[in-house]
Amino acid sequence: MTELRLYMAQRLTALIMAPLVIGHIAVMIYAVQGGLSAGEILGRTRGSLFWALFYGSFVAAVSIHAAIGIRTILSEWAGLRGGMLNGICLGTGAVLLIMGGRAVLAVTFA
Amino acid sequence: MNFMPDEQRITDKATTSKDSSGTLAVYVWRGNAEGGGEQRFDVPKQDSQTVLDVVTWIQQQADASLTYRFACRVGMCGSCAMMVNDEPRWTCRTHVERVANNGELHIAPLRNLPVIKDLVTDMDPFFDKWVKAEAVHHPSAGRTDSFAAVTPDDPQRIEASAGIECINCAICYAACDTVAGNPDYLGPAALQRAWTLYNDSRDESADAILDAVSQSGGCHSCHSMGSCSHYCPNDLDPMGAIAGLKLATTRRFFGRGKSRGKG
Repeated sequence: MTELRLYMAQRLTALIMAPLVIGHIAVMIYAVQGGLSAGEILGRTRGSLFWALFYGSFVAAVSIHAAIGIRTILSEWAGLRGGMLNGICLGTGAVLLIMGGRAVLAVTFA
Repeated sequence: MNFMPDEQRITDKATTSKDSSGTLAVYVWRGNAEGGGEQRFDVPKQDSQTVLDVVTWIQQQADASLTYRFACRVGMCGSCAMMVNDEPRWTCRTHVERVANNGELHIAPLRNLPVIKDLVTDMDPFFDKWVKAEAVHHPSAGRTDSFAAVTPDDPQRIEASAGIECINCAICYAACDTVAGNPDYLGPAALQRAWTLYNDSRDESADAILDAVSQSGGCHSCHSMGSCSHYCPNDLDPMGAIAGLKLATTRRFFGRGKSRGKG
């Protein structure tokens, strides 16, 4: 049943990511109209709970989604199984979560 | 794997059908589990010649030691499937003029299965997975019970009917790149059979089927590449059946969908 749970987790995180990707791109297109600067971005995101939740949930969904995808690729292309496979999968998720989480904190509450 | 586009096949047909006389250059894979290679045979062309006719000609006229498998010769038994010019085909119903490439045929044992000798593969892994997928009937009635009434227009019956003409030829299994990458994957044929039984109202273990196809290598491993449905000689749609299993397992995951049997 692990496979089913991983399958569901990957599909559900994809469902979460879809509107976030559209929102992200829409804001980017809107934001670059008058030129783009670090100050402008930080002015929008600093101290904003909304953007913290927006990109925080994005990072969480990406970490889960990508780690499961990498697990499938390593299983099929590199023949990895068992502890090695799950370890790399968990490691990938953890690295994405930590790096993404740090980036979100840096532009929202740092 | 070389998937030849339809346009290419049509071109081949046009070029090869002009020359109905002469010989075919046939490269047959010879060997066993340890390895092997292609051996060339020049085979006389004949009208309406099938690939199985070519293999039979070689075995009867050129080299009696060539090993291959066939039975019915009319596309019912599913035993003569081989790789023909890198594509899995039922050789008894495949006309040479449709698949020959500039008068050349490359014939090899089915992909994704261990070779026994020459063109004969060991089908055990293929059929073992049918059992592993719970693609076996779980009776819900005994011989003293009356017949189950299943009407032809019943939606579940229609779903089951779409998949029951499988002849177990393993062409879908040979065509599947997921099987090639993941030896645990149950494969299109076993999953399609599981789907037909899931839709059989006389089968009492729908939950056991969904448990089986949710295991490692089950229906969720399918990447929906569609080679199974593309190459199925009976025009069945295993990819659609697998999509049905994914939907059924998802519904059950959220506590919707039907629950039948002891599981």
